[in-house]
Amino acid sequence: MRIELERRPSHSALFSVVSPFIALGLTIIAGAIMFTALGKNPFDALYSFFIEPLTEMWSLHELAIKAAPLILIAVGLSVCFRSNNWNIGAEGQFIIGGIVGAILPVMFHQWDSFLVLPIMLIMGIAGGAAYAAIPALLKTRFNTNEILSSLMLVYVAQLFLDWLVRGPWRNPEGFNFPESREFGPEAILPEILPASGRADLGIIFAIVATLLTWFMMSYMLRGFQVSVLGQSARAGKFAGFSANKMVFFAFLFSGGLAGLAGISEVSGSIEQLQPVISPGYGFTAIIVAFLGRLNPLGIFAAGLVLALTYLGGEAAQISIGLPDKIARVFQGFLLFFVLACDTLIHYRVRLKFAGHAELAEEGA
Amino acid sequence: MMKKLLLALSTAAVMSFAATAAQAATKVCFVYVGSKTDGGWTQAHDIGRQELQNHFGDKIETPYLENVAEGPDAERAIERFARSGCELIFTTSFGFMEPTLDVAKKFPKVKFEHATGYKTADNMASYNSRFYEGRYIQGQIAGKMSKNGVAGYIASFPIPEVVQGINSFLLGAQSINPDFQIKVVWVNSWFDAGKEADAAKALIDQGVDILTQHTDSTAPMQVAADRGIKAFGQASDMIEAGPETQLTAIVDTWGAYYIKRTQALLDGTWETQSTWDGLVDGILTMAPYTNMPDDVKQLAMETEAKITTGELKPFTGPVMKQDGSEWLKADEVADDGTLLGMNFYVKGVDDKLPQ
Amino acid sequence: MTLIEAVLLTVTTAATPLLLAAMGELVVERSGVLNLGVEGMIVMGAVVAFATAQVTGNPYLGALFGAVAGCVFSLLFGFLTLTLVTNQVATGLALTILGLGLSGMIGENFVGEAGVQLEPIAIPLLDQLPLLGPLIFNQDLIFYLSILCVVGVSWFLFRTRLGLQLRAIGDSHGSAHALGISVIKTRYCAVMFGGACAGLAGAQLSLVYTPQWVENMSAGRGWIALALVVFASWRPLRVLAGAYLFGAVTIGQLHAQALGFGIPSQFLSALPYLATILVLVIISRNRRLTLMNTPASLGQSFVPDR
Repeated sequence: MRIELERRPSHSALFSVVSPFIALGLTIIAGAIMFTALGKNPFDALYSFFIEPLTEMWSLHELAIKAAPLILIAVGLSVCFRSNNWNIGAEGQFIIGGIVGAILPVMFHQWDSFLVLPIMLIMGIAGGAAYAAIPALLKTRFNTNEILSSLMLVYVAQLFLDWLVRGPWRNPEGFNFPESREFGPEAILPEILPASGRADLGIIFAIVATLLTWFMMSYMLRGFQVSVLGQSARAGKFAGFSANKMVFFAFLFSGGLAGLAGISEVSGSIEQLQPVISPGYGFTAIIVAFLGRLNPLGIFAAGLVLALTYLGGEAAQISIGLPDKIARVFQGFLLFFVLACDTLIHYRVRLKFAGHAELAEEGA
Repeated sequence: MMKKLLLALSTAAVMSFAATAAQAATKVCFVYVGSKTDGGWTQAHDIGRQELQNHFGDKIETPYLENVAEGPDAERAIERFARSGCELIFTTSFGFMEPTLDVAKKFPKVKFEHATGYKTADNMASYNSRFYEGRYIQGQIAGKMSKNGVAGYIASFPIPEVVQGINSFLLGAQSINPDFQIKVVWVNSWFDAGKEADAAKALIDQGVDILTQHTDSTAPMQVAADRGIKAFGQASDMIEAGPETQLTAIVDTWGAYYIKRTQALLDGTWETQSTWDGLVDGILTMAPYTNMPDDVKQLAMETEAKITTGELKPFTGPVMKQDGSEWLKADEVADDGTLLGMNFYVKGVDDKLPQ
Repeated sequence: MTLIEAVLLTVTTAATPLLLAAMGELVVERSGVLNLGVEGMIVMGAVVAFATAQVTGNPYLGALFGAVAGCVFSLLFGFLTLTLVTNQVATGLALTILGLGLSGMIGENFVGEAGVQLEPIAIPLLDQLPLLGPLIFNQDLIFYLSILCVVGVSWFLFRTRLGLQLRAIGDSHGSAHALGISVIKTRYCAVMFGGACAGLAGAQLSLVYTPQWVENMSAGRGWIALALVVFASWRPLRVLAGAYLFGAVTIGQLHAQALGFGIPSQFLSALPYLATILVLVIISRNRRLTLMNTPASLGQSFVPDR
């Protein structure tokens, strides 16, 4: 028996809609099998994983906090990936955004004006974009593979932050501990509904970024350029679009949003710089981007789902004693199934048995 | 008759009520930064948690969360515990300080205990261990055992706790051999087996013949065993990784503290405090002195006894700083404030302290 | 043992896993497939090798199962990207994430156990040579395999018919298919070879480098292996040089510290990454050179028409 694919004449509208749900269903089945293998009741496990975190108001706030950076970064990356530029270093751009944005509250902490916060956010965006410009420059100037250069820069950014908070930016009142000065109230991102939880403006930024990017990709010339150049650099050239300009646009756009995510996280949740400010948001966002099929609206939903797996992982650890690694395994499963099911959109899958007539497994 | 019956009934009722109340176990919760089986820091805390559980039996429950990243994730994890009915929450990493403080403000009825930090609140205590007391004993052993007079020190991050350790180790060694020196390699991680092993090899190649570490994996111990030199364990007894290598280890025995504080909670006498316990309180203990001649063992045990009784304080003058300037005059004892902010080496460290 | 010998020996241990994983990935990329899941395959190899060695007490069986685990795990990637033609970048990342999670779960019961070490095998007579003896001829099995791998892959790629076919597929899968070469089958084989190499690299970590199981013990080596392949412009001997250079920089910065150079350790730690970027730039600057070696259909999916 073997599997053969047959390209559909046009992509299947039905499977565009249905495939994420098939994937989710398969993930849940795989998860249930895994939980059973671990000796847990699969229904309890799935409940605490996917439902329990949604039953309380404060937990919804936490969901927003966790999802906001993922969505912000992933929306930026979607534009980058669509234009066929592979920025794997959003984690580094996130960190540099956080650092550059923090210059004001750390080095000029006496200045308390309502201007501080907006300037911080702009500097964060600029920092992330500038850091992303390095792989873009290397790619356009020297033809350097951007996957690798952007990835290597992640480690450099992490070590740079580490050095800053242990060295020059160390909190003078902090007993030599590795952390920066705490931000003053003027430098802290306000919470949106302080009465019910601690979600801050970050989630609003994520919503705005999602909508603007969606609008750009759907209705603006720039979005069209991204798609054309992404599908075929040659076609783009004939249309008169500059591939090099597009590399810069893609990297600056995704870097800027990663930087915004970084400074929002630092200013909204951590309220100072610490040696580690991201639990891998930049990498997880790559999954989010693909889960959302590089569509900003899809990414918004995917960001929420992925944030839920983190919260669910914790809930399952407390309520039924599942190991904490399960969240990651789940994320892997989910992404595999989404990718596999997306094949159905463009291809018909046929099972072929040697010596027998073809059997069409599905033919929608 | 009727009265008696009623009385009996009501007593029974009261008793059964009391019984159910006792069954509603008090929740004492733990937030870990690493995996509970890391063989080092977090494992030591988890052993403390198990001791606590065994000590109080059914009276308490001790749920825990492992591998909680420092930063915003920590705040969520701690808040989840506070909301799930935990009455006392231990957060066991320095990076959990601010998140613990934030959650403590929101849940004034819940008690919090944060390890190795410096901030407290009405419902948040801090606790720490004088690891450096054990380092002094290790230093003396190293001074006796080392032929080259140079020890290798695998260090994590240049925070005061680690710098205290390096200085204390060296002062101990110099009390035996005044020319003793230390080579330091910073791996910038608490737990990275590969890097620690590489650092260990580099130090051994540079000619150190005794190894000590302020990182948590057993990899350096394995390397030392492989290369046939002696080493000291960290946070947990690492004798399994080097049965013929480990001289002793500083074992974090948090259990004593956890039991003390949980008892205070159950008695209703819990109050905030800032504790810095040492050998005398049982918050750290020395693993058995092994793989050394009897006279060295004797010396180590004597020193341990002296530190425990308070007769010997590791940081006692005369002590010079690395640059040769005087830090402590003869018989002057360093105060806790200076120790908690320690950011300089004493004389004899072959390294520049990262600033 | 002199200082130089000792340092070189440490460098060898640090370079071997990079070399193995990169050689595997080189073959994969030569066939036109980009597998970003190296990190996940290494870590799966490491945990399975360790678990096998602990349970059976035999480190050689451990190494074997580590390679098999990497191979089986890579099939998951192969099935998705080759049969279901999914995006290779995304699938590779998914493999890494799944590998890190799954290995953590498998290894949970093995954390903190002292492992069984793969002992060096001295090659009679040759191990008596000065310098080279202890360095090259008194090493563990996986080291020998890594060197054998370089020789074997060079010979296979440039001296055999199958190797030529594999390179042809990587350069233009369409034409190769037209010539009657089975693109998918060859790529499956390449992906599995890459998986086995990565798995063996993982086995080296948990049986030789630090004989214990630690979560995420691959510690980014899969990514460095990927960088090495580009760094080497897809040439086996350059991968060898690159892996040893990288190993030397990693170890060298620790020696610089032990010698008491007053440079912030973070800068020294960042050195290998900056060096990689620099070399990438130098190598890729020469467009002609890069284009000559780069598999032209790298990362592109292939669906045969019927």
